[in-house]
Amino acid sequence: MNTSEMKSKHKLLKDYSYELGEIEKGYTNRTLYVNLSNNEIKEKPVTQFMKDKFIGGKGFGLKLLWDATKPQTKWDDPENEIIISPGPIGGITQYAGAGKSLVVSLSPLTDIVIDSNVGGYFGPFLKFAGFDALEIQGKAEKDVIVIIDGKEGVVRIEEAPEEAVDSHILAEQLTDMYAKSENKKNFVSVVSAGLAAENSNIGVLNFSFYDKKRKKVRLKQAGRGGIGSVLRNKKIKAIVAIADGIKPNNVVDLDAIKECGARFNKEMRELDDDQCRMKKEGTAHLVEIMDDYDLLPTKNFKYGSHKDIMNIHSSVWRSKFTQNVFDGCWIGCTMSCAKAVDGFELKTGPYKGDKVIVDGPEYETVGGLGSNCGIFDADHIIEANFYCDTYGIDTISFGTLTAFLMECYEAGIINKEITGGLELTFGNKDAAIELMHQMARGEDFGVIAGLGIRKMKKYFAEKYGADINFMNDIGMENKGLEYSQYVSKESLAQQGGYAMTNKGPQHDEAWLIFMDMVNKQIPTFEDKAEALHYFPMFRTWFGLMGLCKLPWNDVEPVNNAETDEPAKVPEHVANYITIFNAVTGLNIDKKEMIRQSERVYNFQRTFNIRRGYGLRKHDAQPYRAAGPVTIEEYESRSERYDKQLLENIDVNPEGKSTEEKVAILRKYKEDMYEQLLDAVYQRRGWTQNGVPKISHLKDIGMDLPEVLEIVEPLQ
Amino acid sequence: MKKITVNDNILKWEENMNINVILQRMNYTFRMLVVKVDGKLVKKNDYNSTIVYPDSDVKVIHLISGG
Ligand code: SF4
Repeated sequence: MNTSEMKSKHKLLKDYSYELGEIEKGYTNRTLYVNLSNNEIKEKPVTQFMKDKFIGGKGFGLKLLWDATKPQTKWDDPENEIIISPGPIGGITQYAGAGKSLVVSLSPLTDIVIDSNVGGYFGPFLKFAGFDALEIQGKAEKDVIVIIDGKEGVVRIEEAPEEAVDSHILAEQLTDMYAKSENKKNFVSVVSAGLAAENSNIGVLNFSFYDKKRKKVRLKQAGRGGIGSVLRNKKIKAIVAIADGIKPNNVVDLDAIKECGARFNKEMRELDDDQCRMKKEGTAHLVEIMDDYDLLPTKNFKYGSHKDIMNIHSSVWRSKFTQNVFDGCWIGCTMSCAKAVDGFELKTGPYKGDKVIVDGPEYETVGGLGSNCGIFDADHIIEANFYCDTYGIDTISFGTLTAFLMECYEAGIINKEITGGLELTFGNKDAAIELMHQMARGEDFGVIAGLGIRKMKKYFAEKYGADINFMNDIGMENKGLEYSQYVSKESLAQQGGYAMTNKGPQHDEAWLIFMDMVNKQIPTFEDKAEALHYFPMFRTWFGLMGLCKLPWNDVEPVNNAETDEPAKVPEHVANYITIFNAVTGLNIDKKEMIRQSERVYNFQRTFNIRRGYGLRKHDAQPYRAAGPVTIEEYESRSERYDKQLLENIDVNPEGKSTEEKVAILRKYKEDMYEQLLDAVYQRRGWTQNGVPKISHLKDIGMDLPEVLEIVEPLQ
Repeated sequence: MKKITVNDNILKWEENMNINVILQRMNYTFRMLVVKVDGKLVKKNDYNSTIVYPDSDVKVIHLISGG
């Protein structure tokens, strides 16, 4: 069926016309609300209060979700929402990385708020269409698409029975359908998920952009926390934004933004080849570096390096990625790191034999689908990357949960009978990809795997009497979210950077391993607490703005080393402040930048508390994140651990069995983590139970009545 | 044994030990580094020509990337 025939099968459920309006100083000053249960569509004003306290992006998402849900709302209740917001800087084209969208929802994995940052053109197009955020609530009866037509000023809900569900086909179909001609395809962006998102809790949203050079639709992922599963639960096949060209943000001082952009672009031109090679390798440049520092998760985070690293080395990815093409996931991003493999022939699954474009793999995907599962095969990683994307599941969660299953299999917790014949041993790539296909088909053991680690632990304990303590030690999840792909055992600060996050262990709040483990720059608890205050707050700011984090520190000015605090990249921080002020006409400084984030960060913590989480006990980590759980793990690095016993605990390892040494080290490491929690909570202005103090909320200007109502009884 | 300190780790000193040799010995393969010897910044172009003497305190600050 061609796309015109498909379109003819659409049934219009609702259309809503609106005035297109202009963007003023980064804001359109309204949001769009769509309810799929009753087909209501309306505009809501963005108040000055909202801008002052929540800024935009993730801040707007949190505020709208708080207002729309009750503390008891579950992820699959109609009341839950998906909110997409680009932030005030989002959509400018004069500085790299300014096209990100922030997506917020209640997560099926964690039962708390999840936020995910994603490229592609949807966020800017939503803003060009006239909205600072899109808020979707309710559930449709049959599969629908929501179309936001920023050319005509119309929003439509249509039943769409014929289109595919898998993203690589669906995004092409809808781009064809809604672009008036080939040269207008780059003004259509599609948000979609896929078949496995329907049948699991680890669904992603794919945000598309049309790559004019390749004449192909590209997909970027809002990966974490299962928002794609929420999308499909609402029976949304896709959300489409259509733009009428690139609209200016009507900023206050365009020249100031251009000046920052020109300086940054020069850095990329002159320094990238010697620094991170983002234009050639993307984040995959990190693979062997992480291996060299014993940080690349291998076999469910047991180890940090592997002898077969050369098979997945960055030079392999460089040779697989198409070179010398613009790979920015938004216009003007000269970092251009959204690398792709072209013409990849699939060997398995429903699209076997097709030649496809594969977006990535990025570092996290190589770690998750590869090394962490003991698989060192580049073509398998590309194939699994493709299927994760088109099926709409998170490469990080899929990788980490598969690694968990493989360890459970090898430890005898599960077996072939339980897995329905899948031999889930480390390194078995055929079993890993079949598990993924099962998830997409909603069949067999794939359905169990799709529950995520936290629910699987409970299931295995209840159904098969598996040892819950052991599974809690090796199951790499915190708050219900699977860990991203870094070994944190030797960095106490990074253990906090993972497990003290608001949404769960994703490294986008803080990546402190080098500072802590290698540089030894933050030796005391106070130093670590300071880092665990500054970096999460600073990095939250990207999510308020619609910015990508990578241009902040994946290229650095030539004189960065000579500055006071090179780790913060002061010149780039100054660029961001200049750009924010130039867009909005406000006049913030470094301090106010952190304050803006602190308000939203504390609001999110309070949101978790309101839902029955967000306390100290929820910041606990699996022991695998801190130290060796098993004998083989200890013995693989016995020199290191013996030294730690001797130097840190004053215990002579000689004459002790490995079991004894594991136990002594564990007690020490667990105690260190508790002390870290104390220090970080104090620095963040929280009680020792992790609750924001009223005095602190007053200090940062976030003592809103609804927030105080939650925290007051817990002071 | 003559020694130097690199990021608080003790490293055996060698004759004509320059910064590149130290990076090799420590297996510091990351490219975004700030190197200081006894508090003095050493620029990348000078890694080969900067000879380090016994008891030097070398800091090899790895900046954050990826993540
Ligand atoms: S740096 Fe990479 S991920 Fe970030 S906006 Fe640019 S192309 Fe996209």
